[in-house]
Amino acid sequence: MARAKKKAASKAKPAAKKAKTASKKSKAPAKKAAKQKVAKKAKAAQKKTPKKASKPVAKKPAKQAAKKPAKKKSKKTAVKAEPAEESLPAGAEEVDEEPVEETVVRTRKGRASTPATAEDMARRQRDISVAEFFMKNRHLLGFDNPRKALLTTIKEGVDNSLDACEEGGILPEVKVVITPGKEENRFVVTIEDNGPGILKKQIPKIFAKLLYGSKFHRLKMSRGQQGIGISAAGMYGQLTTGKPIAITSKTAKNKPAHHYKLEIDAKANEPRIIADEEVEWEVPRGTKVEIEMEAKFQKGRQSVEEYLEQTAIANPHVMLQFVTPEGEIKDYPRASKELPAETQEIKPHPYGVELGVLIKMLHDTPARTLQSFLHTEFSRVSMRVAKQICDAAKLYERARPTRIARQEADNLFKAINNTKIMSPPTDCLSPIGEELVLAGLKKQIEADFYTAVTRPPSVYRGNPFQIEAGLAYGGSISADGLARVLRYANRVPLLYQQSACAISKSVLSTGWRNYALQQSSGALPSGPLVIMVHMASVWVPFTSESKEAIAHYPEIIKEMRLALQECGRKLAVFLRRRRKAAESERKKAYIQKYIPHVAIALREMLNLTERQEQAVVTQLTDILERSRA
Amino acid sequence: MNKIANRIKDTATSVRTKIQKHGKPTLSFPLRSLSNVTYQPKRGFLQLKGKKKTRTLTVATVKTFAQTLRMMSTAKTLVEDDEIMTKREAYYVSKNWDDARFDEQPESDTVLDDIEALFEVNREQLGFIPEEKGGEIAGQLVVIDRQPDTGKPLRIDCTQFGSGAYSIPISVEHLKFETKAKFILAIETAGMFQRLVKHSYWRKANCILVSMGGVPTRACRRFIRRLADELKLPVYAFVDCDPYGMFNIYRTLKVGSGNAAHINRYFCVPNARFLGVTPQDIIDYKLPTHPLKEVDIKRAKDALKNDPFVRHYKSWQDSITQLLNMGVRAEQQAFAVHDLNYVIEHYLPEKLRAKKAFLP
Repeated sequence: MARAKKKAASKAKPAAKKAKTASKKSKAPAKKAAKQKVAKKAKAAQKKTPKKASKPVAKKPAKQAAKKPAKKKSKKTAVKAEPAEESLPAGAEEVDEEPVEETVVRTRKGRASTPATAEDMARRQRDISVAEFFMKNRHLLGFDNPRKALLTTIKEGVDNSLDACEEGGILPEVKVVITPGKEENRFVVTIEDNGPGILKKQIPKIFAKLLYGSKFHRLKMSRGQQGIGISAAGMYGQLTTGKPIAITSKTAKNKPAHHYKLEIDAKANEPRIIADEEVEWEVPRGTKVEIEMEAKFQKGRQSVEEYLEQTAIANPHVMLQFVTPEGEIKDYPRASKELPAETQEIKPHPYGVELGVLIKMLHDTPARTLQSFLHTEFSRVSMRVAKQICDAAKLYERARPTRIARQEADNLFKAINNTKIMSPPTDCLSPIGEELVLAGLKKQIEADFYTAVTRPPSVYRGNPFQIEAGLAYGGSISADGLARVLRYANRVPLLYQQSACAISKSVLSTGWRNYALQQSSGALPSGPLVIMVHMASVWVPFTSESKEAIAHYPEIIKEMRLALQECGRKLAVFLRRRRKAAESERKKAYIQKYIPHVAIALREMLNLTERQEQAVVTQLTDILERSRA
Repeated sequence: MNKIANRIKDTATSVRTKIQKHGKPTLSFPLRSLSNVTYQPKRGFLQLKGKKKTRTLTVATVKTFAQTLRMMSTAKTLVEDDEIMTKREAYYVSKNWDDARFDEQPESDTVLDDIEALFEVNREQLGFIPEEKGGEIAGQLVVIDRQPDTGKPLRIDCTQFGSGAYSIPISVEHLKFETKAKFILAIETAGMFQRLVKHSYWRKANCILVSMGGVPTRACRRFIRRLADELKLPVYAFVDCDPYGMFNIYRTLKVGSGNAAHINRYFCVPNARFLGVTPQDIIDYKLPTHPLKEVDIKRAKDALKNDPFVRHYKSWQDSITQLLNMGVRAEQQAFAVHDLNYVIEHYLPEKLRAKKAFLP
């Protein structure tokens, strides 16, 4: 909202243009417009007017305000209160502007003399569109700066592609292309996959409406969770370059490819279609997203390349290709042709549910009895367990769920947590698996030793999750400095906010010195080591919408530490064996150096023959070798 | 001499036999430290108590073991051929031993000391001779040596060296002596020795002056011992008043050292007495002093605690305690504060008048 206001005040023309565009399209979903049913012009004016009116501190000089006749003041007030009635006289921009200034003056006066009344305030209170909110707070989604925005965009695009391919049972092939734009600091990012494609009618909402998607309302393990990412990326592009997001998608070989150009209507959080056409696309199926955006391309830490490399490690079944702005082609080949096991969607587990959620579920359920409500809405609640819960809550099991009053919901909630219920099912999780973690690490990192551990599933707040850890040691990994930590959530690499993440905390709090490594207190272990930790869950608890760090749930940290300790033990066995072998080699060389001298001395003193001397060497070597073993 | 060669051979045989029996060969050495010696005034020197350390041939000791055996072999050759070798030369000989060679001379010296202790002989008996000079003599003494080439007797009159002095040779066993002197004065510093020679103090006091130049060498100790034994002369030591002068110099001269305890019986001068400088002298003669260094204090306390010689004599314990309480030390040249020749004219005559008061 705030952004729209600003735009209207400072750039009157574009705002007007936008308003026109919106009005031209009869399909435009703005509810207010539909209700008001007025002439196009009037609508345009109306749309602008309230925005400006509500702007209390416009920068217009005071002398302009002085010119304005008092009459218009009251008129303006009327406009604000009843916009539909006021629509007729407001046409030209000039007319429009004047009352605004009047309003400003009046507001100032009002502030100086009397405080705003509840009515004044009520006039300013209105809905906030989620799109407007995130436009203002784009850093929450990972668009803080041009460099990070580029990475976030690619990350969201690739995550969506991989989710779609896996759900469609297709081995993913994803191509990421960054081409320099016509202007400086602008790039066109293209993400293309071989996934199942998207139905034509879904494309606009998926790519140009925030919080729209299939993944939020279900408990299923997937990379995306919220339905914000890719639309936010499109919105960022639109915000920084004014260019729409372009989508091409094809669902089958014999069907046409649809090409859309979309903008997001921030105020309404609805897509605005700029272009919609059928095009020729030679691929059998897939989706291609193009976003032009202000960005900065860099290499090294937290770069696009690092993200893709880490993605390749955790997703050995994925084939990636990356074309840099310089035109260099980087391939990340596939190490496994095995798709991750398809995960099951699950119902919530009773232990994880919060009281408010329970009440909401009680209200919404189609179940007719409390017992069947518990049985059908939750996982792991049999009719018998449901009866137990009802008994423990001293509730009649045949009571109507909607009638359960607040007090009773409270009892029910306590009863749930006091009843022993089986852990949630774990077929909803699809860990990478020890074998493929190893394959991924081996593919991207050249080391002397690899190990991986997949922990059995566990539960936090009723959500099943599973932790995996992998280590790579030695080889080409730099031996100076600290270990490198690769963090993953549902196979997605996390590159930012390392210190805020539960993974980092569990790595730091693991006693690596027990595993033949060096570690200063409070620091990462040092040496040629790469540590990888993956959390798979139906709901990964991120610390923010930008999904950069995993929240510190004790159950999660404990599992991570157990996984790391198990890896550590294997590493320690390897390191100790290697050190022992080196030591033993050294000793062997050492004794072989000096034993002949013992023999020479004995020969000289005892006038031994050469054969006797040789016998001393053999015997003594044997004695010392034996004592060593 | 062949007796020693045979002992070396026996040791080598035992090592070989052990190897043939698939056992780890061992060599045992007397433990060379003050904790392994006792003092009995009747015998007059620090005597080994018999604690031994055994060196077993293991992975960790194989290098030293090999070096020790090779050095033994060298010693055997020296003894059989009646040849000598300095410690430095032994170090260079080891350069032929490839990997078993010594990198620094202290390493070969330690191995030599081990072998010496192993057979409980002095290294001269093994054919190894020291580099160091033996000390200097001036005064009423005639040394009868032999011409090195012809073997004819050679009389050396120690009064005839003018402002110079007679150097004690490295081997003193073949020397014979004639003297009319009344006592032997063993002096720590060459400077004090020079002063006494310059003013012919030996004539005035009718004595033999010995310059020890710090801790007396084995040759010097053996020379004084033979003088004392054969000429029945008392020996008085004149050293700095500090723990170094008292123990490292005087105690080593009189009863030998802990480190070379296996040879103390040859290299001690049991009838030596301590003329000065004593802590009481510092007070009596108002000597300028320096504060005791940390190492001095440590040495003094160590002597009180561990030195069997000091622990035997209450008077020594008292003197050390007195010195520690005073917290100072004084050098023998400190008498120069009164007059350059104060030591000749006053100190020495006064001290010699009360010989019974000398510390044991």
